[in-house]
Amino acid sequence: MNAPEVFKATGEGKPPRVDHVLIAEMVEAGSRVLDVGCGDGELLQLLAETRGVDGRGVELQRDKVNACVARGLSVIQGDADRDLDNYPDQAFDYVILSLTIQATRQPKSVLENLLRIGRRAIVSFPNFGHWQVRAKLLFGGRMPVTENLPDLWYLTPNAHLCTIRDFADLCACTNAEVEQAVAFNAYGGRLPIKWSLSFQNLFGEKAVFLLRRRTPPPAA
Amino acid sequence: MTAATPDLLASVARRQSEARAPSSPVVHFDANAPLRLACQQELAPFSLAYQTYGELNAAKSNAILICHALTGDQYVASTHPITGKPGWWDGLVGPGKPVDTNRFYVICSNILGGCMGSTGPASINPKTGAPYGLSFPVITIGDMVEAQARLIDHLGIDQLFVVIGGSMGGMQVLEWASRFKDRVFAAVPIAAAAWHSSQNIAFHEVGRQAVMADPDWAGGNYYAAGKVPRNGLAVARMAAHITYLSEEALHQKFGRNLQDRSELTFSFNAEFQVESYLRHQGSTFVDRFDANSYLYITRAMDYFDLREGHGNVLANAFRGTKTRFCVVSFTSDWLYPTRESRVIVQALNAVAANVSFVEIESDKGHDAFLLDEPTFFATIRGFLNAAAVKRGLGAPPESAR
Repeated sequence: MNAPEVFKATGEGKPPRVDHVLIAEMVEAGSRVLDVGCGDGELLQLLAETRGVDGRGVELQRDKVNACVARGLSVIQGDADRDLDNYPDQAFDYVILSLTIQATRQPKSVLENLLRIGRRAIVSFPNFGHWQVRAKLLFGGRMPVTENLPDLWYLTPNAHLCTIRDFADLCACTNAEVEQAVAFNAYGGRLPIKWSLSFQNLFGEKAVFLLRRRTPPPAA
Repeated sequence: MTAATPDLLASVARRQSEARAPSSPVVHFDANAPLRLACQQELAPFSLAYQTYGELNAAKSNAILICHALTGDQYVASTHPITGKPGWWDGLVGPGKPVDTNRFYVICSNILGGCMGSTGPASINPKTGAPYGLSFPVITIGDMVEAQARLIDHLGIDQLFVVIGGSMGGMQVLEWASRFKDRVFAAVPIAAAAWHSSQNIAFHEVGRQAVMADPDWAGGNYYAAGKVPRNGLAVARMAAHITYLSEEALHQKFGRNLQDRSELTFSFNAEFQVESYLRHQGSTFVDRFDANSYLYITRAMDYFDLREGHGNVLANAFRGTKTRFCVVSFTSDWLYPTRESRVIVQALNAVAANVSFVEIESDKGHDAFLLDEPTFFATIRGFLNAAAVKRGLGAPPESAR
């Protein structure tokens, strides 16, 4: 699927978010998807309309859950930290955590849960290693406030911000195998895939990782 | 209570006539088709009184079964024959409403054990020619659902599009979804729980003891004497009614306001508005409800525990389900609090069921499910419309979205 097709499918005039478009490309048509932190259901709707997925959502904010259910999506009011434990192993083809991992209390156990519940996990997050963030902290001496990270430090729900390298490290020390990693610049353009991780980390504002559970090495 | 007044006699007669020869349609199941009850007794013959709204489509795929709560009845969207009041879910059910009778065929039956025309303790036992009273077998939520399934068979419906209900109605919804997995396309348990809590059993016991302590209850044989345990049943209703509200709702509605007086009278009259309100609730309830039915139905709720028969694991009750669920709770409901709905959701997640779960913000307590709460209505409408598309019933007309 290419981007223009996805544009058309949402049918609401508003172009879908670039990370949503990329996620929609990663997801196989007709698969079972759980979107954790699904917000108002924009991504679920996009996936249902363009990829024909059987989608479910989890969202913390009550009014957003109500809006999702009222538009016909299967969404429960819940919390990534608490409510993933109940799902059985491999219940979904994909479990998506879109711009949410940095707001969880236990990112590592959330990530492990994603890989337990889904055959694959798709995780996107704002990159705290972006040059603007670094420059603001270096020269301003205060916690950076950017378009991507709009809240003041005492108001932000983001308890565990990380950089692309940090996240790659977390993947390495959990059971996550990175199948694909894509970073976006401030204009929503994808950074060239051949760029090194350091460059992606400097110029990427957001990143999307496609992960799967690493198969344990055969017992010696 | 002393000698029965003509007013009382008239109200007793009206209630008995609705119990034994109701205004609504009735389906009779004869002695050849006994209902095997959980208590191992067989009930036959038995009857269910029911109301329907809207039209069943040719494919018989648009039927919605509404399960009523403890003191509800089949008059979900039509005038109550005794009180003359509009249907108890009139805001939710009707043409163009969230449960749209222009599109869906709505069925609501008086539960087994009820007193509005279905077989219950106030019905005449054909073997004795006298009212059952306490000789009526103790029934369960499962028994109520088995009886409803007979009605659905009778109507020629294979799979219900939706089973929906609040409170005890929600328990029946869960029982339906567990017991008849292939017959429920979508299920909406509202303000309910998968088992009755200790606190709720405790409140019910207070109510039952109040009824039984009334000398006019006469061991359950008050029918022949033309008596009613008015005081006992009214007290039971008053206590229960408090549990249906929230402290916030009571405070907002009454505060410490005095009833028709400007100062305290140093008496045990209804000094406060809230007292007067509860007394009114108690006395009007007695006019429309049978005391023995109240005992039997509260007992059925107390017995409800969907884990039983499933290895004490709730998820097992739903294993293999293809039903689409929408679980609804209300923030201020302390009788069936959100955490009890969450237990249902977690069990459904454990079997990877298709489930939505919405907690509605309301300060109205448990009763919120009976009131016009816009977010609640929008949720039900959205869920039903999406389920209807999946069911092949098509999208609603623009006006009903």
